[in-house]
Amino acid sequence: MSKKTFAIALMDPPYESENLTTAFRILDVMARRGHNINVFAYEGASGLAFAKQAPHPNPVHGKNLAEENHPTTKDQVAALLALAARNGGKVDWVNCGMCVDERGVGEFVADTRRGSPADFHAFCEASDNVLAIPTK
Amino acid sequence: MAKKTLNIVESAYRAVMEEQDDTILWLLAAMRAAGAEHTVVLRGNAVNYAVAGQGAPGLAIGGWKQTQAPRMDNDVIDLIEKRKIPVFVIEEDLAARGIERGELVPGVQLLSARMLPKRMAEYDLVSHW
Amino acid sequence: MAEYLLIESRDPFESNDVGYYCDLARGLVEAGNRVTLFLIQNAVLAARPSAHAPQLRAVIGSGIKVLADDFALKERGIAKLLDGVQIAPIEIVVDHLEAGHKTLWH
Repeated sequence: MSKKTFAIALMDPPYESENLTTAFRILDVMARRGHNINVFAYEGASGLAFAKQAPHPNPVHGKNLAEENHPTTKDQVAALLALAARNGGKVDWVNCGMCVDERGVGEFVADTRRGSPADFHAFCEASDNVLAIPTK
Repeated sequence: MAKKTLNIVESAYRAVMEEQDDTILWLLAAMRAAGAEHTVVLRGNAVNYAVAGQGAPGLAIGGWKQTQAPRMDNDVIDLIEKRKIPVFVIEEDLAARGIERGELVPGVQLLSARMLPKRMAEYDLVSHW
Repeated sequence: MAEYLLIESRDPFESNDVGYYCDLARGLVEAGNRVTLFLIQNAVLAARPSAHAPQLRAVIGSGIKVLADDFALKERGIAKLLDGVQIAPIEIVVDHLEAGHKTLWH
């Protein structure tokens, strides 16, 4: 399969929806196959790459910080970017600027950027296919 | 003496992979540690939490790997055995989903939806999650 | 003729809209298209053999390929599936996107 370019819209905030687990699984497959991935992180999803996310211990589970190894979406975003780079794909991860401002999540992990709906339009025009994953 | 609270939980699998548990069952366990007196009724899709043998370990996104994947059946057993929180499941919701009683973890109690109003009267507080 | 992948994340026990999506799938087939319905997340709760899910049963056998996400099935401890539903990995979503099929999420 030749390299493709996909546009993906995400809307759900971190830690609240199974949509993101499924979305990251799809993005992982795309990155493994070396495709270019353009992500528009809209509404709550603009917090996925927020750099100040921190894992925590879990006293209910009886696990300390290391044992709990709590997932953070910022680490998943960084892992996705690294995987794509290893396989020759490019990821353009755009965080909706107005959504970011509303939520105060303007500090992003490296190699993601602030953008606008115009970026999503450009992504759709430039992509071989598009998948919108809406919130419920 | 803490207020007796009945918690009807219906939201299921919403954020369990990200949080490595169900946020409501986690909250109730944490409150229990602080002295709360809870009972849980699993209804709707949450009845599936009581099915034995679930769990999808090994999720990986690039170099990130999950090492503590949730096991919701184990979390239900933990509520019952360690936290001493009674857990009921709504029979009609099991039937609608094609779940047999023999598939459930030990210790969960069956409750008919018809009996829920009567059960609610036995508690000081009722929360519907 | 076009090809469609309809991804269903909702289950018929909590959402009346599952019927709409199944109708949409059948309508696309009747219009001459090829359709795959991929059950993910809580949608797989309808795939147990004895689940009360007439919306899903109406789709099976109507020319629509019905798949269920292996990860979601394991997560929920579902081992046996309704006849006509096949287990599939998440890779099939990217397969369809690569092939240029219109891919929708519900």
